[in-house]
Amino acid sequence: MRFALRRLAFFALTLWVAVTLNFLLPRMMPGNPAVAMIAKFKGGVSPQALKTLEIQFGVNTHRSIVSEYVSYLGNITTGKFGTSLSEYPASVAHIVLNAIPWTLGLVGITTILAFILGTVIGIIGAWRRGGLLDSIMPPTFVITSVIPYFWLGLVLILVFGVQLKWLPYINSYDYTLTPSFSLAFIGNVIQHAIMPAVTLLITTIGTWILTMRNTMITTLAEDYVRMARAKGLSGRRIMFDYAARNAILPNLTGFAMSLGFVLGGAILIELVFNYQGVGYWLLNAVNNEDYPLMQALFLLITVAVLLAILVADIATALLDPRTREAS
Amino acid sequence: MAMIRMPSEAAPILPPSQVPVVRPRAGSRNPGIRALQRIWTAIRSNRKATWGAGLLVLICLVAIFPWVIARDNPTAMIYPLSLGPSARHLLGTTGLGQDMFAQIIWGARPVLLIAFGAGLAATGIAVLIGVAAAYLGGLWDAVLSLLTDVLLVIPVFPLVIVIAGYLRSSGTLVMIAVITFTGWSYTARQLRSQALSLRNRDFLEAARVRGERRLYIVVVEIIPTMTSLIVASFLTNALYAVLFSTSLQFIGLGDPTVVSWGTMLRAAENNEAFQTGQALWIIAPGLCIVALGAAFALLNYAFDEIGNPALRPLRRARVKQSS
Repeated sequence: MRFALRRLAFFALTLWVAVTLNFLLPRMMPGNPAVAMIAKFKGGVSPQALKTLEIQFGVNTHRSIVSEYVSYLGNITTGKFGTSLSEYPASVAHIVLNAIPWTLGLVGITTILAFILGTVIGIIGAWRRGGLLDSIMPPTFVITSVIPYFWLGLVLILVFGVQLKWLPYINSYDYTLTPSFSLAFIGNVIQHAIMPAVTLLITTIGTWILTMRNTMITTLAEDYVRMARAKGLSGRRIMFDYAARNAILPNLTGFAMSLGFVLGGAILIELVFNYQGVGYWLLNAVNNEDYPLMQALFLLITVAVLLAILVADIATALLDPRTREAS
Repeated sequence: MAMIRMPSEAAPILPPSQVPVVRPRAGSRNPGIRALQRIWTAIRSNRKATWGAGLLVLICLVAIFPWVIARDNPTAMIYPLSLGPSARHLLGTTGLGQDMFAQIIWGARPVLLIAFGAGLAATGIAVLIGVAAAYLGGLWDAVLSLLTDVLLVIPVFPLVIVIAGYLRSSGTLVMIAVITFTGWSYTARQLRSQALSLRNRDFLEAARVRGERRLYIVVVEIIPTMTSLIVASFLTNALYAVLFSTSLQFIGLGDPTVVSWGTMLRAAENNEAFQTGQALWIIAPGLCIVALGAAFALLNYAFDEIGNPALRPLRRARVKQSS
């Protein structure tokens, strides 16, 4: 219980740091970028929206930074993120809520797939130590895990999109269709998701394979595994029920954390494939100097990561008694 | 990213009778030099490390002497557009009429500058904060560890994008600063745990009894003992710097006037290299980024294997036993 409370306090503190960074960054930067932004959008937005912007970024307000900070915190806690400038007059909250499901669907499912596949390959690789799989695996996946995923996306587009014309590679669905829960529309969405998903799978699976293989090798050297062998248990049973079950614990924490990084972890994939999710909108906001939208998306990504870490910590403490004793 | 967890191999645990109680001043730098020698042996004996080191040296040579290899001006837009590869233009020309081979060769320098600059700076901060937290302990440790942990969980790449977004376009120095500021925390945490495990060793106790100053103990006694982990931290930070900086340049947040692999990809994407059949414009810079990243990652993984012998390939271990 004390453990959970301490983690909760840490969570709150980090959230506060992220919120404060959001507040301070535009004010600390050389040449106050907010002034440039407001000058750029003057005339394009209503006077009232302009006033809100000036207050949000501390331009022409003649208020002390402390009172600005207090009202900023008030707005954040009540969910007032303001109006988007690049998509004026849509509200920031509206854009964010529309973006989340696309990223969750694409990156979330891919992350789960990469974890399951990677873990199984890692288990089998470690089990057959010295086999073909085991000897090619480490160098191969060390290299796949450094491939910049946006570049791999470009190469896949080049081969399977432009040259072979097998798959669509722009947008999250064909914009001539109206979104619905019909079979045709869902099929279209899946078609559009295949290439970005494969890109992510290739570049993320290596980490899971290698960490699982490495913890599995350590676990296989334990006495209880030798004991199971001596008892004459079947190989499959030792591999999964004895070794893998224990080796997977540290990886589960990593998995829970990677779920938190779903929203902010594949930003460039969404850029390359024009996939209208959280990352796409973040970059769009950056390119169009739409700072209110940028701030809200950064906060959203941070909160997702923090929640995942909190869950991961508590889950590990529940699953693995050793960590409880250590803390 | 393979996690690097190296046990403190530089200081094997000996029975108390064998631990040198008072170490002469002249020899006190030894653990650092010994660790470097061990790394050198590792590079020669571990195949992954040999490949990584070879690749890294090759890219460094290209970055230092680009004019020897490529005689064309990488920025001059003076050639016919979108030529295919030929003897005159080894990789053809870009859609803007630049010689692509010259761009690839000259593009190595900014990436390496950022990799080494941000890698060294982030590792420096990590050593400073990690060792200080472990050695000073108490309130210092609590504050510094909290700072490290907070930065560790804030999603770094979005933060880098946000900062670079406010700055609009960032040159090499700004990029080094941004990546350093956001990237040191992961390795600081590892260095702290290793320094913690060293804290109660006898040779530090001996230095304290001798009445050495804290700074002396940290710089001369603790840091050299941690050389292997510091090198591993540098490799991790340099790898992140390569991936982050090329990503930022690809988004368009780098300095577009600098010829670099990331800005090349950006230009290729902007000028519709797909549609004009300019596949090389996309493939060549990407392969270079992978090569540089692989150099750092292979070295890092090899050090992992050295620190944890169980991970080494089995076949080679057997050969060694029989010879």
